Amino acid sequence: MNEQQQTLWQFMSGQSDKLLSQTLQHVGLTFISLILAIAIGLPLGILIARKRKLSGTVLGIAGVLQTIPSIALLGFMIPVLGIGAKPAIVALLIYALLPIIRNTYTGIIGIDQHVKEAARAMGMSKGQILLKVELPLAMPVILAGIRTATVINVGVATLASFIAAGGLGEFIFGGISLNNTNMILAGAIPAALLAILLDALLSLVQKMDVKKLRKALYIFPVVILVLGGFYALPSAYGSTLTAGFTPEFMGRQDGDLGLKSTYGLKIHTIVISDAVMYKAAYAKELDVISGYSTDGRLKAFDLKILKDDKNIFPPYYAAPIVRDEALKQFPELEKTLNLLSGKITDSIMTDLNYRTDYLHQQPERVAKDFLISTGLYKAAKNGQKGTVRIGSKIFGEQYILAEIYSMLIKGNTDYAVSTKTGLGGTKICFDALMNDQIDFYPEYTGTGLLVLLQPNPTIAKEMAHDKEKTYDYVSAEFQRKFKIKWLKPIGFNNSYALMMRQKQSKELNVNSITDLKKYLDKN
Amino acid sequence: MIELKEISKKFGDTQAVKQVFFRVAREETLVLLGTSGCGKTTTLKMINRLIEPDAGQIFINDKNITDEDPNVLRKGIGYVMQNIGLFPHYTIAENIALVPKLLKWDKAKIINRTHELIEKLHLTENTLSMYPHELSGGQQQRVGLARALITDPSVLLMDEPFGALDNVTRTSIQKEFKALEELKRKTIVMVTHDVLEAFELADRICLMDKGEVVQIGTPKELLYQPINDFARNFLAGQRLALAFKVINIQDIWSYLPEEIIHHGESETAELSIWEAMELLRNKDRFELFISGANKTIKSINFEQLTKGFNQYQNAQLHE
Ligand SMILES: Nc1ncnc2c1ncn2[C@@H]1O[C@H](COP(=O)(O)OP(=O)(O)O)[C@@H](O)[C@H]1O
Ligand SMILES: [Mg+2]
Repeated sequence: MNEQQQTLWQFMSGQSDKLLSQTLQHVGLTFISLILAIAIGLPLGILIARKRKLSGTVLGIAGVLQTIPSIALLGFMIPVLGIGAKPAIVALLIYALLPIIRNTYTGIIGIDQHVKEAARAMGMSKGQILLKVELPLAMPVILAGIRTATVINVGVATLASFIAAGGLGEFIFGGISLNNTNMILAGAIPAALLAILLDALLSLVQKMDVKKLRKALYIFPVVILVLGGFYALPSAYGSTLTAGFTPEFMGRQDGDLGLKSTYGLKIHTIVISDAVMYKAAYAKELDVISGYSTDGRLKAFDLKILKDDKNIFPPYYAAPIVRDEALKQFPELEKTLNLLSGKITDSIMTDLNYRTDYLHQQPERVAKDFLISTGLYKAAKNGQKGTVRIGSKIFGEQYILAEIYSMLIKGNTDYAVSTKTGLGGTKICFDALMNDQIDFYPEYTGTGLLVLLQPNPTIAKEMAHDKEKTYDYVSAEFQRKFKIKWLKPIGFNNSYALMMRQKQSKELNVNSITDLKKYLDKN
Repeated sequence: MIELKEISKKFGDTQAVKQVFFRVAREETLVLLGTSGCGKTTTLKMINRLIEPDAGQIFINDKNITDEDPNVLRKGIGYVMQNIGLFPHYTIAENIALVPKLLKWDKAKIINRTHELIEKLHLTENTLSMYPHELSGGQQQRVGLARALITDPSVLLMDEPFGALDNVTRTSIQKEFKALEELKRKTIVMVTHDVLEAFELADRICLMDKGEVVQIGTPKELLYQPINDFARNFLAGQRLALAFKVINIQDIWSYLPEEIIHHGESETAELSIWEAMELLRNKDRFELFISGANKTIKSINFEQLTKGFNQYQNAQLHE
């Protein structure tokens, strides 16, 4: 326990620069969106308090917007607003809207009718009544709405890192991808503290008596503006090209760290989720991205892989990894899963990915077409001898593999199948396997080595570029440490790769990572 | 001077006010009297355009009020509400200074006038920095009155101003109210459902029922010349008390004992029977010296007072 705390502390002090800038970004995101939500929500609330007939519609729409899952909302934003701060702020703004509109509305209509009538009888104009009577009297209720909105925003802002808007989500989701608990905590603890702190501060303001509240109301907007301004600070760009890397890539030796140490690459980098990275590159929001070599979107978005001329990206051969327990429980399983061994080459995998990612075919259909074309397809036997649970990570290729395995098991054995697709990242998938939540999932040798085993750098380096050595090493170690078996590799090698748009690569004459570094140094 | 001409107002199917008319002379106090729901408040609120009538016209100083901007009109009319309606987020001083601030008076003038008023209305300095909820009902009512009076408007509208108070407080505030010099210079329309209060404060009373005017007249006229059964029955329960209020010593002068010679202090014959009785009772005086017309003086005790009053009453009834 003590050791754990110390290492967390060490991690946080080691990364204090990043931590500070992420926290500032987080606060900035939260408050910029809050300012905008107030700027929109307050007038809307006032409007529907005046025209009550509109209240049902407006509150209804704000309520529906509130129920859109955050990731989906961020996804909807990208085609319209691209990536980065803009869509993140808009998404946060949308979440903050409902509590602010609703509380402004209920605050104003809750004011004593006699007080309003007195104001009219004194000869105050509508504007004077609003500013001097209605808003001040509704203020405690409005502040409660702002408080709710702030806490919601601190939470949702962690997701901003998915679309390269920064914030503490970078650590949280990076940590989940990299199986790094300290990194997760380094993001999660400050985020939680931030929520608690802001909530407490706002509850203080809310509970102030009229006298103090009136003073506080002058300070409040200034504070919000200053906090919102934090976001604008860390935006001094250093290079002419912009790279977008996934949180996972950022923290890996065979990722950004290697690019820096082996190539000496210095490029302005933003952190972004895999789900939107390719589209952002296509839309020229990004120039260089960290993709996977078999990704279908490579083809779809006309991207080019830059040659890894100094071999920092180790091979990533995919194979199912299964708990020993499961192999015992389902004797037919190993044989069945191995039917796929060697059947999917790089080009086949890229094509399968292309079908789901770009042609938008369902993974089931893609899986079935593939099995039929290779003669492996058998109709489901609808067997009842227990249920095999298949896991997959949250990207297209893994969905397809999970479907293929599901069909193979149903057609060749008497087992039933349940799939748990879309497990957030390596760590979540692997933890699910270790904790008997799933029986197997497709994993990559490189990930097994560098993320899950994390041997000392010399072993890693020696191993990493040799397909056979890596496979043998992870097989043995997984068996020994985790009682998990690596079955035969599926065939394709899905390694990391740096990519650019074909056209830009030609224009700049950048074909390898070394070319890229030279180009950046010159410009 | 206020004049209402055939004013009507409907809320949905409810005919709240129907062809109401009256005239209030300069510096006169007209009391709208009637049971709850008879349209008094609605009538009053049409005078400062908080409610717009469906039909009819209202003139203040011979100007049709629809020709004026409602906010300007309202700033020139004092309004005391049934529910007081102070602003809970303003201090007492700020509540009182509201209209002068809207009118952009300078600070010194506002402060002077505020102090003048709180003195007249028996409020203390330290209440000025308090908030309404820290005051008693009676104090709040005084603040409501101060707020309505601060700009010294010539017209004052009051909706059951003492309705929210307990009986003791009400009686004492009514007295102070009646004694306020400032109010004697104003044209006042006041609403109440309390007959005694109406008789206490009114120059003339407008008795209303179901949205319509039943009778308009002085308290005495209402008491002795009721126009119909409704008007008679409305006062029936408290005839005696009302008579004590409307009849003064001058009225019963001829029924009192012989004149005497007296050189000390004396009371005016304008004193109502009620007031004379209070003096005799409260001050433990055995007799009162009253100076009537032509500086004649009479001395009366309680017995002589009631006897004279009874004789006068009988004479009225047999007229
Ligand atoms: N805003 C309103 N909407 C509907 N009905 C009203 C409204 N104001 C008053 N009324 C109705 O009009 C009638 C007269 O009301 P009001 O003038 O308040 O009576 P009063 O002051 O004499 O008690 C009542 O029947 C009341 O219910
Ligand atoms: Mg009323």
